[in-house]
Amino acid sequence: MIIEFRLNHEKRTIDIDPSARMLDVLRDDFGLTSVKEGCGEGECGACVILVDGRAMNSCILPAGAVCGKSVVTLEGFKHTKRYRAIENGFLKAGSVQCGFCTPGFVMATESLLNENPHPTDEEIKDGLSGNLCRCTGYNMIIQGVRLAIKEGEGLW
Amino acid sequence: MVNGFRPRTLREALQILSANNCTVMAGGTDLMVQRARGFSIRPDFDRPLVFIEPLEELKHSVRENGTLHLGPCMTLSDLLRHPAVPDPLKEIIGMMASPPTRNMATLGGNICNASPAGDTLPWLYAMNAKLKLQSAEKERIVAIEDFITGPKKTILQSDELLTGILVPDTRFHLNRYRKLGQRKGMSLTKASFLGMAEISGNTVTDIRIALGSVAPRIVRAAEIERSMLGRYVGDINAAAAVITERYQPLITPIDDARSTAMYRKKVSLDLIRQFLETLSGSPGTGTKSE
Ligand SMILES: Cc1cc2nc3c(=O)[nH]c(=O)nc-3n(C[C@H](O)[C@H](O)[C@H](O)COP(=O)(O)OP(=O)(O)OC[C@H]3O[C@@H](n4cnc5c(N)ncnc54)[C@H](O)[C@@H]3O)c2cc1C
Ligand code: FES
Ligand code: FES
Repeated sequence: MIIEFRLNHEKRTIDIDPSARMLDVLRDDFGLTSVKEGCGEGECGACVILVDGRAMNSCILPAGAVCGKSVVTLEGFKHTKRYRAIENGFLKAGSVQCGFCTPGFVMATESLLNENPHPTDEEIKDGLSGNLCRCTGYNMIIQGVRLAIKEGEGLW
Repeated sequence: MVNGFRPRTLREALQILSANNCTVMAGGTDLMVQRARGFSIRPDFDRPLVFIEPLEELKHSVRENGTLHLGPCMTLSDLLRHPAVPDPLKEIIGMMASPPTRNMATLGGNICNASPAGDTLPWLYAMNAKLKLQSAEKERIVAIEDFITGPKKTILQSDELLTGILVPDTRFHLNRYRKLGQRKGMSLTKASFLGMAEISGNTVTDIRIALGSVAPRIVRAAEIERSMLGRYVGDINAAAAVITERYQPLITPIDDARSTAMYRKKVSLDLIRQFLETLSGSPGTGTKSE
């Protein structure tokens, strides 16, 4: 099936099995390795990308579903001011240890703040409830998001 | 290579389904996981896929003449944001999956997947929801309990789509929802309980109880509910154990990786009894009866 979509703000056309996982398409066909595979079943959030600005699990997202949509991975997001704010927040709070979960957390944070620029702690927890981290114990990540919100005031 | 269709209108989608043997893909959150896990009932990905999630006609939601119309391709996130969606359903959806999965998963998918652990089902059963099924030639409306015939089994024909979810716009003063899962908002439900009641002058005027994940199908017993209508809340409180006992044979969970059958049964019965006991002391009751 011919799939036309935008990937990190550029027009792309691929001819591919529409049931292919976006995770594989992004990593194997486009070399976008910020997209990680953890569980492969929608439970860990390591593979989270943005589709039309909303976080989705690329490991269970069929390629055919992105026709006409805009897909953004960390590679496309990292040139933005919003990314810079999240990066600084995460750095200051020590939200990153091994880093495997980090791209997914960054994309989920962007999706959350896009929809709700001033979340409560409870709302941050819910917004990131689909992302697992084996290293940090979450509090540092929540703190990182708090700092990002402060630094990025007005960006979302 | 597997073929895929991206119909632009509902009519086009129905024509594709009548001309080809296809697999319908909505959000894909059930189908893609079923494929990844190699379930016994494996989705047929050798057939062409029809992507219906973008169909605008299936994404509307309105309240009209006492009926709430919910579009089957609305995602769980769409429903959480929509002003016409009643709070009890939002409460249930807020406890389903995580935001990224909710951004993909559709209401129609939850229904058509027909899992006894489908979390929107107890509410739809309790509300007497009806489903509109459409093919290129015909249209039929069926009650949800007639639509789902067993775990993962429905009466949907291969040329049909679920195109509408019709819910009588009944409000209840008392709504209680409990979901037992392993981890908040993620894993499949071990047991869920929904109780809704309307009480006026200390008398039960309407009561609905539905349970998920504790039997091959959603448990709802219209006869037991009817037996409580018109009774004083104090009477129901006093008879709570006896009434709960009538649910016992209906609750037949299986042992699986999620939980033991005994645990699920005990919790379910406790939740029913507690709900019946709290009817007295709820809005609509004058003095709290003991
Ligand atoms: C990480 C994770 C967590 C989850 N948590 C929960 C949870 O807490 N509670 C819960 O209930 N579920 C949960 N699920 C299951 C799933 O997300 C839901 O059942 C979801 O609503 C399915 O919708 P979908 O659009 O993704 O379905 P799909 O996978 O696209 O489709 C499911 C089935 O329905 C059919 N179908 C879909 N729409 C139509 C239509 N309009 N007409 C005809 N046939 C149709 C498809 O052909 C397929 O057979 C979870 C899934 C994951 C991956
Ligand atoms: S790899 Fe996609 S959610 Fe875990
Ligand atoms: S930092 Fe290692 S998994 Fe999160």
